[in-house]
Amino acid sequence: MATTLTAPGRQSRRSDVAPEGKRSKRRKRLSPALIIATVIVAVLALTWLVPFAWATITALKSETEAAAAPISLVPKSGFTLDAFVKVLQQGNIPAWTWNSLFTSAVVTAVTLVISALAAYALSRIDFKGRKVLMTVIVASLIVPPPVLIIPLFYQMVSFHMIDTYWGIILPQVIAPAMVFVLKKFFDQIPRELEDAALVDGAGRIRIFVQVVLPLSRPILAAVAIFVFIGAWNNFLWPFIVTNDSAMLTLPVGLQTIKSAYGIQYAQNMASALLAALPLILVFLFFQRQIIKGISTTGLAGT
Amino acid sequence: MSTTIETRHGSAPAPPENRHESRKRRDRIHGWSFMAPFLVFFGLFLIWPLIYGMVMSFTGKSLTGANSSFLGLANYAEALGDTDMWHSLGNTLYFTVISTIPLVLVALAMAALVNMGLPAQWLWRLSFFAPFLLASTVVSLFFVWMFNPQLGLINFVLGKVGIAPVDWLNNPDVAMWSIVIATLWWTVGFNFLLYLAAMQNIPEAHYEAAQLDGAGGWRQFFSITLPQLNQTTIMIVILQVLASLKIFDQVYQMTGGGPGGSTRTIVQYIFESGFTGYRLGYSAAISYIFFGLIVFVSIAQFAVTRKRSA
Repeated sequence: MATTLTAPGRQSRRSDVAPEGKRSKRRKRLSPALIIATVIVAVLALTWLVPFAWATITALKSETEAAAAPISLVPKSGFTLDAFVKVLQQGNIPAWTWNSLFTSAVVTAVTLVISALAAYALSRIDFKGRKVLMTVIVASLIVPPPVLIIPLFYQMVSFHMIDTYWGIILPQVIAPAMVFVLKKFFDQIPRELEDAALVDGAGRIRIFVQVVLPLSRPILAAVAIFVFIGAWNNFLWPFIVTNDSAMLTLPVGLQTIKSAYGIQYAQNMASALLAALPLILVFLFFQRQIIKGISTTGLAGT
Repeated sequence: MSTTIETRHGSAPAPPENRHESRKRRDRIHGWSFMAPFLVFFGLFLIWPLIYGMVMSFTGKSLTGANSSFLGLANYAEALGDTDMWHSLGNTLYFTVISTIPLVLVALAMAALVNMGLPAQWLWRLSFFAPFLLASTVVSLFFVWMFNPQLGLINFVLGKVGIAPVDWLNNPDVAMWSIVIATLWWTVGFNFLLYLAAMQNIPEAHYEAAQLDGAGGWRQFFSITLPQLNQTTIMIVILQVLASLKIFDQVYQMTGGGPGGSTRTIVQYIFESGFTGYRLGYSAAISYIFFGLIVFVSIAQFAVTRKRSA
């Protein structure tokens, strides 16, 4: 674990330079090995695109063509947007997208604020109980979320939070791994910057907001992106805490579509693609930060 | 009272011990105030359910509200004699083994190939990593369609090369492997990126020295790259095993645990005994057996890592 978490800034910068080609002398020689490697990787990459491509082709067919055997890559009656139109008009997809967007945004904002405050205290402020808290938070990383679903569900029933946004949001805002990642980052900010401000009589809050946070923008962005993706894609918890079809998040809603539409393959694929679209866009915009973030916050994936 | 506070705040003339005292006190207040918001949520939604779940596991609590009497260890005793529980646990371990191996090896191979200095690195990273960003339900919809026995693309391609159609999700001998294929497609990109980042951090000088000694590509990979990646590999295996043990989404969505319970995992069994069987207490007991397994695996891995690095 230590390897990914240490020295976030340095590590990511280096791996960022490498693809631009300043690094390797080996790459300049166009050896047979390099050509073979390129071919293998290209074939693999194409294979990896197949499920997307096949879903897209299916979504662009009419239902009859989609269910016709033997299967064809190009439908005889041509491609159509019918499936997308039907799904957007009849289904709950717009409502579910909004639910996902709203709950993921709130989860991200709350997680970021409470984790950054806690990480700052653990990194910088010397107070009694800090070591114990640190141990408890690190130890809590071991708790698998599925273990909590039964008691959390019962808790949500007594809070009257079943089928509410708060019910979806609140249990998702605790991210001990993110506190840990942020603490590691804060540890590397030179203390002198803050000490100068402290001598000037600036309060802790002001130092945190005006000195520490601006220096931490890259890591805050990485954490925000990861928390958002995690919340957007979370299935188990929203699945448990929601029943009302209008309150479902996108991933949970898709699960109900499958059984509701039965064998409407084109519409199934259109729904899946519509659900995939927002995150594909996020990825295209934040590709750099996401890839950098993986090497600095490797823990986020679990 | 007021005088002591006065001296504490009149910082300029105060003797050093006093300033030290006041700073310590201020730090304590600041420390706990900064921690407070996190701790409130942490306590409410992690610590409390963790304790409460343990309490529930000793009772007959059910979703219908009836019979929440104290049962002692009865739930645990019943779980240990429950063949469905053992079957689900076995399926989970089986999945963990047959998924971790390809998820680590394929990621390593992908990273090693891409790191040979291929052109258009961003394109390969994009293709391999993009699926990781999809919700499990999207992945399941894609693959249920790909695996469709009559209309699926996979059997279509197999047919072209003369292989008989496979009933991917309805054959108990094959279904778990189909889940592994979908999981590999979905999450291998994450391990791939971890490996690639680690490889790009290996100092170039190592390779130059080896080249002078006349070591070829294979030799360099096995005697420089792999040993340098030791820490990364350990970390990836740990993260992967822990993630695989928690598998639920894609199985529940693709096979519902079938056919005949052959892909039902322990998390699904927790879910089913709680929400389909209405037995929250029993379900909590199985949760804690599962938690015990996770703790055991974590400690074992921690011990192995310690020994290696010592």
